[in-house]
Amino acid sequence: MVGSADIAAAVREAIPRAAVELRPDILAAMEAAVERERSPRARAVLGQLVRNAAIAGDDRVPICQDTGYVWVLIEVGADQCVCGDLQEAVDAAVADAYTSAGLRASLARDAFTDRENTGFNTPAFLDIVTRPGPGVTVHMMLKGGGSDNASALRMLAPGEGEEGVRRFVLEAVAAKAASACPPLVVGVGVGSTFDKVGMLAKKALLRPVGEPHPDSHVAVFEAELLDEVNGLGIGPGGLGGDTTALAVHVLTAPAHIAALPVAVNVGCCAVRSASIEIR
Amino acid sequence: MKDDRHTDIPATEVRFPASAESLAHLKAGDAVALSGPVFTARDATHARIVAELERDGMLPHRLAGQTLFYAGPTPPAAGRPAGAVGPTTASRMDVFTPALLAAGIVATIGKGPRSTEVRAACVEHGAVYFVAVGGAAALLATHVLSAEVIAYPELGTEALVRFELDRLPAFVGIDSHGADIYETVATGADQPGGHRGVSA
Repeated sequence: MVGSADIAAAVREAIPRAAVELRPDILAAMEAAVERERSPRARAVLGQLVRNAAIAGDDRVPICQDTGYVWVLIEVGADQCVCGDLQEAVDAAVADAYTSAGLRASLARDAFTDRENTGFNTPAFLDIVTRPGPGVTVHMMLKGGGSDNASALRMLAPGEGEEGVRRFVLEAVAAKAASACPPLVVGVGVGSTFDKVGMLAKKALLRPVGEPHPDSHVAVFEAELLDEVNGLGIGPGGLGGDTTALAVHVLTAPAHIAALPVAVNVGCCAVRSASIEIR
Repeated sequence: MKDDRHTDIPATEVRFPASAESLAHLKAGDAVALSGPVFTARDATHARIVAELERDGMLPHRLAGQTLFYAGPTPPAAGRPAGAVGPTTASRMDVFTPALLAAGIVATIGKGPRSTEVRAACVEHGAVYFVAVGGAAALLATHVLSAEVIAYPELGTEALVRFELDRLPAFVGIDSHGADIYETVATGADQPGGHRGVSA
């Protein structure tokens, strides 16, 4: 049995580290991009981002002042029981981590009726799903507001097919990338339902940059789409260049015969996440 | 990254508070190093400042002639006044900006493209919009010498804070003649070749 305290402890430990240590796959992709960039201004921006990662890691200060909202995706294995008040336990862990690590509280009490800052970056946003196999997997992401604001969702007609998906992703990136702190990791969800496709797109950001999609057809689609995104020329910081995105990651799922849901969740140049196995 | 020379480009020094005349030579896309006082203001701060401007007919907190930095820093860390501080999306402030430039704000610092109204207001008042790199907040924080809360402490990270900058790296986003780096990029006019621009 896994208790809410075990999950909260994993989240508590992961938050400060994710906030100050840039994911090694993102850093490696950024360093490679510096070598490829033709624009001096773009190289200057990438140089700032690489130096930023070193300063944040060395001085244990946040990579970005927007230390995000906390998204926790809990995958519960078959025959695995999870007990306790998850929301309460995780919120306590978030409040403790943000206060003691000097991270920014960025949550309004209610989006519509009360925009006052809650002061503790709570509540966290929890999703609980099932998966085969033993144990529990806890995915944790600190998601910045600027990049989340660049996201988009559309219910396409199945007949629009792969070309429709490609066009929608390009439109979404072209419209908002410059404000979303590029170079981006573009998360794309295709399939499932209106409410779940956004989570697919966000979950796609968890995959390490440089790790190809297991399905070769989707892997080719991702590589072609990345070339097209970078062909937009938006560049690092939105100030022009070859590196608008470091990767395009697609997650697909079943869907209704009438539906082709597509969502884009934009990850900024400081995608911050961790995945923890609890047995 | 092999060495810093590979990524370094020459920057024009800018010192605040700045007059419109002293900013007139800057061109969209220029790299700059910003020094002197700036005042942090995000969404909630703007709502307060503009309400006081409308009530009193003048900018509060002696902001006339000053620069607004669209930023909400993290708490002090590593011996610095803020652990991390970087620009937030400027377009969210666009609705407030023309009135603030008319009332005496001389420059703004943020990230991302802005409205045609803001661009027109920059030309009308000789104001400049500077762009800092989003995601470089630990680096940018090393260019902040001091922080002093001026107003609205109850807003937390959205309080009006006076930062003293020392050569904070940035770029000119919109110059006082109306040239806009984001428009240049969107049309592909600024590209080394092969880009089709975001309008395609």
